[in-house]
Order: sequence, then C-alpha cells, then structure tokens
Amino acid sequence: MPDTTVLDGVAHEPGVAKPDPILIADGVVRRFGGLTAVNVGHFEVQRNTITALIGPNGAGKSTFFNLLTSFDTAQEGSGTFDGKPLRKVSPHKVARSGMVRTFQLTKALEGMSVMENMRLGAQDQPGESLLTAFVPPLWKSREREITEQAHDLLHRFKLYEKRDDSAGSLSGGQRKLLEMARALMSKPTMVMLDEPMAGVNPALTESLLEHIIELKDEGMTVLFVEHDMHMVRRISDWVAVMAQGELIAEGPASTVMQNAAVQDAYLGAHHDTDLGEDL
Amino acid sequence: MDILINALEQMFTPATAAFAIAAIGLNFHFGLTGLLNMGQAGFMLLGMYGYAISVREGLPMWAAILVAMGAAILFGLLLGWPTLKLRGDYLAIVTIAAAEIVRYVGRSNTLVEVTGGSLGIKGKDYKGPLEDLSPFPDERITVGPFTYHGSASDSWWLRVVAWVLVALFLLLFWRLSNSPWGRVLKGIREDEDAVRSLGKNVYWYKMQALIIGGVIGALGGVIWAHGSAVVADAMGRPTTFWVWTILLLGGAATVMGPVVGSVVFWAALSLIRAVAKAFIPESILPSTAIEPFGLMLVGIALILLVVFRPQGILGNKKELAFHA
Repeated sequence: MPDTTVLDGVAHEPGVAKPDPILIADGVVRRFGGLTAVNVGHFEVQRNTITALIGPNGAGKSTFFNLLTSFDTAQEGSGTFDGKPLRKVSPHKVARSGMVRTFQLTKALEGMSVMENMRLGAQDQPGESLLTAFVPPLWKSREREITEQAHDLLHRFKLYEKRDDSAGSLSGGQRKLLEMARALMSKPTMVMLDEPMAGVNPALTESLLEHIIELKDEGMTVLFVEHDMHMVRRISDWVAVMAQGELIAEGPASTVMQNAAVQDAYLGAHHDTDLGEDL
Repeated sequence: MDILINALEQMFTPATAAFAIAAIGLNFHFGLTGLLNMGQAGFMLLGMYGYAISVREGLPMWAAILVAMGAAILFGLLLGWPTLKLRGDYLAIVTIAAAEIVRYVGRSNTLVEVTGGSLGIKGKDYKGPLEDLSPFPDERITVGPFTYHGSASDSWWLRVVAWVLVALFLLLFWRLSNSPWGRVLKGIREDEDAVRSLGKNVYWYKMQALIIGGVIGALGGVIWAHGSAVVADAMGRPTTFWVWTILLLGGAATVMGPVVGSVVFWAALSLIRAVAKAFIPESILPSTAIEPFGLMLVGIALILLVVFRPQGILGNKKELAFHA
C-alpha cells in the first residue's frame, strides 16, 4: 500500500482541508444552460500524493478536471495552484506554471515523430520564438539538452526504439505512455491524468501504474480521473468522489468505498459497477 | 514543338513565380499550421494595391514594399483576432468573405480615384522603380528559343527578381519549418489542445503564421502586378482556389511543394489549351470554350489527385494528406 501517513490525521469528509495543499478549488460552479454540471464547494489536493477523482458517469469529473486546468471556464469560483490564482488564466499559462495534463482521448500528435512530440513538451526553448528561430546557434544547445532529456524519458517509458517513428503508428497504450512522457518533458510539479487507463491493454496497465507511482516518488503531485476501481485502490493515497456535479465523499480508498453516499451514487447509477474489494 | 516551348515558357513566367510565392505563404498557413485561409487572393490584392498606390503617390520603392507588407499584417490581425480562438472552419468562412470584400471595395466606383475601380491601376503608374533597377539592356533579348524584353514589364529582369524572391522564401520556409518554432506550428496543426496543454500560446502562434503567410502572399501579389496589371477582378475566388490547387498538387508541408505545384500547374494548363486548340476541331470545341475547358480538366485533375495521391507530388502521406 502507498504511504498515506501525511493524510492520516485528515478527516474523511468532502471538502476537508489538507496539511499542505498544492491545488485548492473554492466554490466552483459550471453550468451548461440550465444544467449545473459542477458545483464543488471546496476541494484541496495534498502536495506529493496521488489523488483519484472518481464517480459514476456524468458526475462532472471531466468537466471539473477541465476547469482546474483552465481548459474550461467556470461561472463562479476561484482556485489557486501552488499559491498562484487560477481564475481566468489561459490554459498554456497554467501548464507553464507547472501543472500539465493529459487527455481522456489521447492526443498524440500523429503526423509528427515520437521524438518531435517529446521535444515539443519542453519549456524555455529560445527557438520557439520567431526571431531566434532564424538563428540556429541561439537554440541548438537547448535543443541538444532537451533531446537528451527526451532520450532518458523514452528509455524509461520503453519507447526509445520508436523514437523516429511517427506517433500515429503507436498502439493506443503506447500513445498514453507517450502523452505522459511528453508531459514530463516540462518538468511539472503536478500531473493531471484524465483516465490514464482508458483503452490501454492489460499488458501495459501494470507498467502505466508503475510510472504513475514513480511520479510521486520523484516529488510530483498526481490527480487522476479513473473508472477502474481496482486501479484506484492500487495506487491512490486519497480518493475524492463526485456525483451529480458535487463532491460527496473524500478519504482513503477503503473508507470511501464503504461510504453509504458513494455506494448509493454508484448503485443508483449502475448497480453492476465493480467497486473492488478491500485487501 | 511550339506547343512544348510554350509550355516550357509557362514554367518560368513571373505569374508562375508569383503563384509559387503565394503558395509558399499558404504553406505557412495550411501546410505548417493547418489554418484554412480561403482568402489568399485578398492578401495578394492588398499587396498589389499597397505597392502600386504608394509608388503612384511618389513613395520610394522600399517604402512601397513596406506599405504592401503592412497592409497584409493589418489584414491578418483583423481576420485572425476574432477567428483564431474559434474552430478552424470560422477562419475559412471569414477569409473567403474578407477577400471578396477587398476585391469589391477595390473595384467600386466610389474609390475610383484611389484604386482605379474595375479598370485598376495602369502598369506605367507603378512599374517604373523596379524596371529602373534592371541591369539588362532596354531591348528584346533572345536566349535559345526564348525572347523577352530586357527590363520592361514581362521581362528577363522581372523573371530574375521573381525567382530570386521564390528562392528566398523557400529558404525562409525551410529554416522556420525546421526550427522549434515550426515544431510548435506542426503541433498546432495536429491538435491545438495538446499544444496548449504543453504550455504554448496557441493563439499567438496561429496569428504569427497567418501574418507571415499573408505577407508572403502580398509580396507574391506585387510580383504578379509587375507581370500584368493591378486589376481587382484578377484576384477573385478562382485565384485563391488556384493557389490551393498548386499547394496541394505540389505537396503541402514540403519545402519545394509550392514551386513544383506552380510550375506543373501552369505548364499543364498551357499544354491542355494548346493541344485542345490544335487537335479538337472548331465545330466541337469553339476557341472561346478552350479556356473553360482547360480549367475543367484542372478540376478533374484535382479530383484524381485527391483520390490517388492525397499527399501531392512531393508530400509525405503520414504527415499531411487529404482525409477521406
């Protein structure tokens, strides 16, 4: 079981404050026409933990995720990431401040090679500005640096042999790995994974899990949306449950699964959902 | 034999170079960034007006070039500002309409003092400065089977300037497309949300691409104007359509695609016309129908291209092709 000692003293209730939150959302409301998709009173993510965001289909997890990463804008509410306000900040600035995300439907840049995908992930590239792009000596050394960094990551994610292939030739699982590796090129402090296991074959699931745990070992914070409860139990230190747009429970996986409101939400939605077993 | 020489001549006319330049501009838009600019003719026309009017009003040549470029920059900002935050189709709708607005404003009677209305601006009003720079003698010169004037209008000098400019823009495209800047644009072409999630200001990159491609298109227009005249109706929707045909024929996202496309396009069009004229009797295809007949065959060729070689002559199917 992952180490959860830092969260031991924290109450198991929705919206509870954490000892050292890296991400805080407050009073976030997102309506689509008459439908309130997200209405979260308060939510904090503890630094250097793996937090899972779960809930039945239509609970508003992905919308909340998009709001946190600024890919969508809330009608009300505020938030901070690492002390910096998140309200009305454009998504690329959120990414630059150290919170990178992946997508439920993997966004590998298919017309580009694996290596070019990786290089694109790196920050602070002088060659990315139009005027310096003309003068290779100004950006070649940084290019070598990020190429080396990319080689290391590709070795780690077992994609090194594929580095010159076009990303479009990778399998679904390999694309997930590439997307995660590419996100790491920016040396983020927080990684947001939107359904990292969706469409990944069982052979790769295990290595993806290992990679996510490694992120935490390296000091990063992980928040992920997931449907597979077995996986949630395996790797998460903390679980937040959403239903009908609201945060209904928080706590370690084993406690949360016993929570009556959570079971109601799941059973009400679709009673065959596999909540996994306590170990 | 004459037919072949004529086709060969078509390969190197200033118009061929001008269209190659406009297609290089479009290659920044579509080939690199995936922007659907359906109004490249509008950028070309603005460049032509900007240059010709400035020279006519007495500005020096370099200032006239800056005016042409400035007009394209403003046009790009104006079109990009509301549309580049939206889905790609909106840029297509706005550019096609805006290019038509430029043309209609240019040919309107109200502005006849400035733009010359539908008759346009005469060559003698603006061709002087470039022709004065010509190092060639002021007479007709024959090299092999080709005879052109040394400096005036459709001249050797204009051919040299036009193709040097093509070479410069090819170099520019090659340099930028193989830089980290070009990599960001290619990423935007593939999936702009992914690029956004990696911390790049997608909107601003798209704006840069739109403006660079537009400025290059405007300079293509300036070259075109030196080979013929500044007439608004020459820069209508068909012109934009030809530029697209040229780019897709040669291969979008490749360095040489626009040039290969332009050369093949104009040579093929001339061949079709000449062959039709020589071998199809007047009773079946009257001479007035030859022009539309040629363009119709171009249309059919474009359809065949989409079906059998969607990446164009030089393109890489894995990188960029028509999607069925």
